[in-house]
Amino acid sequence: MDGKRNDKGLPIGTFERLKVAQNSFCEELIIAGFGGQGIILAGRLLAQTAMNAGKEVTFMPSYGAEVRGGTANSMIVISDEPIASPLVSRPDSLIAMNKASLNKFAPCIKTGGLLIMNSSLIDSKPNVDQSIDILAVPADDIAVELGSQKSANMVVLGAYLQRRGLFRADDAAKSLPDILAKRYHKTLNINAEALQHGAEFAKRSV
Amino acid sequence: MNERILMCGNEALAEAAIIAGLDAYFGYPITPQNEVPEYMSKRMPEEGRVFLQSESELASINMVFGAAATGKRVMTSSSSPGISLMQEGISYLAGAELPAVIVNVMRGGPGLGNIAPSQGDYFQATRGGGHGDYRTIVLAPSSVQELVDCMPLAFDLADQYRTPVLVLADGILGQMMEPVVFNKKPRRKLPPKDWALTGADNRKQNIVRSLWLKEGVVEQHNYDLQAVYKEIEKNEILCEQYEVDDAEIVVVAYGIAARIVRGAVNKARQEGIKVGWIRPITLWPFPTEQINKAADNFKIFLTVELSCGQMVEDVKLAVAGKAPVVFYGRAGGGVPTVEQVLEKIRQLTLRPENII
Amino acid sequence: MMQKVFSKPQALKDCPTHYCPGCGHGIAHRLIAETIDELGIRGRTIGIAPVGCAVLAYDYFDVDMVEVAHGRAPAVATGMKRTNPDKIIFSYQGDGDLAAIGTGEIIHAAHRGEQITVIFINNAVFGMTGGQMAPTTILNQVTTTTPLGRDASKQGYPLQVSELLTLLPGTIYIERCSLHKPALIRNAKKAIKHAFELQLNNAPGLSLVELLSPCPTYWRMTPVKAIEWMENEMTKVFPLGRLKG
Repeated sequence: MDGKRNDKGLPIGTFERLKVAQNSFCEELIIAGFGGQGIILAGRLLAQTAMNAGKEVTFMPSYGAEVRGGTANSMIVISDEPIASPLVSRPDSLIAMNKASLNKFAPCIKTGGLLIMNSSLIDSKPNVDQSIDILAVPADDIAVELGSQKSANMVVLGAYLQRRGLFRADDAAKSLPDILAKRYHKTLNINAEALQHGAEFAKRSV
Repeated sequence: MNERILMCGNEALAEAAIIAGLDAYFGYPITPQNEVPEYMSKRMPEEGRVFLQSESELASINMVFGAAATGKRVMTSSSSPGISLMQEGISYLAGAELPAVIVNVMRGGPGLGNIAPSQGDYFQATRGGGHGDYRTIVLAPSSVQELVDCMPLAFDLADQYRTPVLVLADGILGQMMEPVVFNKKPRRKLPPKDWALTGADNRKQNIVRSLWLKEGVVEQHNYDLQAVYKEIEKNEILCEQYEVDDAEIVVVAYGIAARIVRGAVNKARQEGIKVGWIRPITLWPFPTEQINKAADNFKIFLTVELSCGQMVEDVKLAVAGKAPVVFYGRAGGGVPTVEQVLEKIRQLTLRPENII
Repeated sequence: MMQKVFSKPQALKDCPTHYCPGCGHGIAHRLIAETIDELGIRGRTIGIAPVGCAVLAYDYFDVDMVEVAHGRAPAVATGMKRTNPDKIIFSYQGDGDLAAIGTGEIIHAAHRGEQITVIFINNAVFGMTGGQMAPTTILNQVTTTTPLGRDASKQGYPLQVSELLTLLPGTIYIERCSLHKPALIRNAKKAIKHAFELQLNNAPGLSLVELLSPCPTYWRMTPVKAIEWMENEMTKVFPLGRLKG
């Protein structure tokens, strides 16, 4: 970082990894819902999956009071190039886990973008233009059927991965051990299964 | 060690400090930097080093003072309100010429403010912050990797110049996760710490102090400190610039704001707008010369900050009337979007005379 | 042959002090320096000077010393001892430093059981700034900020920090001594030495010796009167003896 000088002989920073920063191929995603719905974990898993696939990635969780019941969101940017802003104001994709999140973020989705919504908790139609690809996933119902309502976050993530086609649900399942603390490794199987069921649901809903 | 690890800024800077040879960490919890003490509480004992949660930021910075006086590599971290409390200790560190690293993961203010990201502590950081005529080196990383890269540099600068060094981050940098690589880079050659308090074992007594009552001594001490600051200004300025040569608009931003600006500038370039950016990495010493040079051809400068306009004053001083300097910022936890900055750039191309 | 029966401790420099006639600081310095000599620890001792009359203590002690912000000595000592467990760390603090502005630091250092030695000089007044009220100023005592004497209803009662600190499990030894009589001074020496020895033996906790010390200048008394006042008034409010350990 230190010591280098430019052609005028002035010292200058050399942060190679940040030099390009074009956001050329770029997927910008928001996952949003109640605190406690595993919004942060889902974002973290997607970021880890992207990194393991050799992509550049930024993951910005909302932080603070959203432990249970508040609102939580994850902003993820995935690219082949170094990433400029980690903040997502116009997402390519939105995963909305509850109504409030849908109302807040759906109007921001880019033209031709993707909306995954948790139809177990959202009964209304989203107010978005016709170019948006909408996939309604009864995530809580699928998760309950699997025996763990807490894995609804994995169901929607599986559906998203299937629909977007960036990575496979299987890649995400393989990244689970990297992000789950050891004491939660007993949930690896149920989470992997939820990812798979989400993906299969998306496959059936073409 | 060349493997990429997905880490949040707070944990990454902590690990980087440990790799840089941190002997002790003292801190008091405050959001949004709690991952630093939490990580330290686990890792430092593993390395057989010192972690201690203090009773206040006042105590933290004075524990740092104590360890630094004995020649140890030592740091603390906090967020804006806590950094205000530490200013007494930072002034004493500067007065006593003790090396230490202080990380400020800035949040919204004034007062208790909120826990959202902010760059509202620029004045406090770059003007010394506490009482007296002093400066502290201020590093402003703009990615998690850069946080990692600047920690060993911060410790080396502190040791080389015997001064406190501030690392100025914000809530986003602290909380966001990015892949990082921990490289063990070669260290600077550093002067021996023969001033340290290690017990006067077969040598003369060492004294670490900032009080001299004899007439003229503190005056001379100030001139000596200023000579060190001159040396720092000569040798240690870091900044990054991009497509400034043909630019009609130059955007100046640091830290997380620079990331947002980068996104906006990339988009503006795609629209054919001749815009470049300058990113100060050291906020003190400030890249005055670089910015002044960039202002030689008539250009418009736009400064973007997460504040109501603080660094913009340094940009104006650097531009020295050669070009108009415009400001755009959001404060108190508000974060400008790429679109908002882009819109500001577009406006400047249209009718700059109406905006300035 | 001449036999040397009395000399200056090695840990004390050979120089005139700035302390007023009749002040107790010089005695306290000597007792600490004798202790450092007798224990042979000059090469591993680090002292911490307060803000107060003893701010220049490093001009007298010939050991490594640091001067720190007002009241923060116990935090500085913590930083030193935690990173240098083999060193002997002592802080030298007055009543304004320890019992007013530094109350938080001393309580928490004690509460954590930091293995440091605190020498607490209680002269019931702020000396360096010109004789203002200290937390330890006794009732009816006249100072420059209690011109009518300390009134409990307005300025509260004298603060007995040592008694307060005995309640904390982190303190292992607390004794209050006085410097107004030769026998008491000998006893103070014993207490100081014991406190240092505890640290030397890695005893698990903080040791503190409070020394009642005369300040004739700001008590507006002759040194003789000051000693009488200590005997008759001050020791009533601050009873001498081993409070803990």
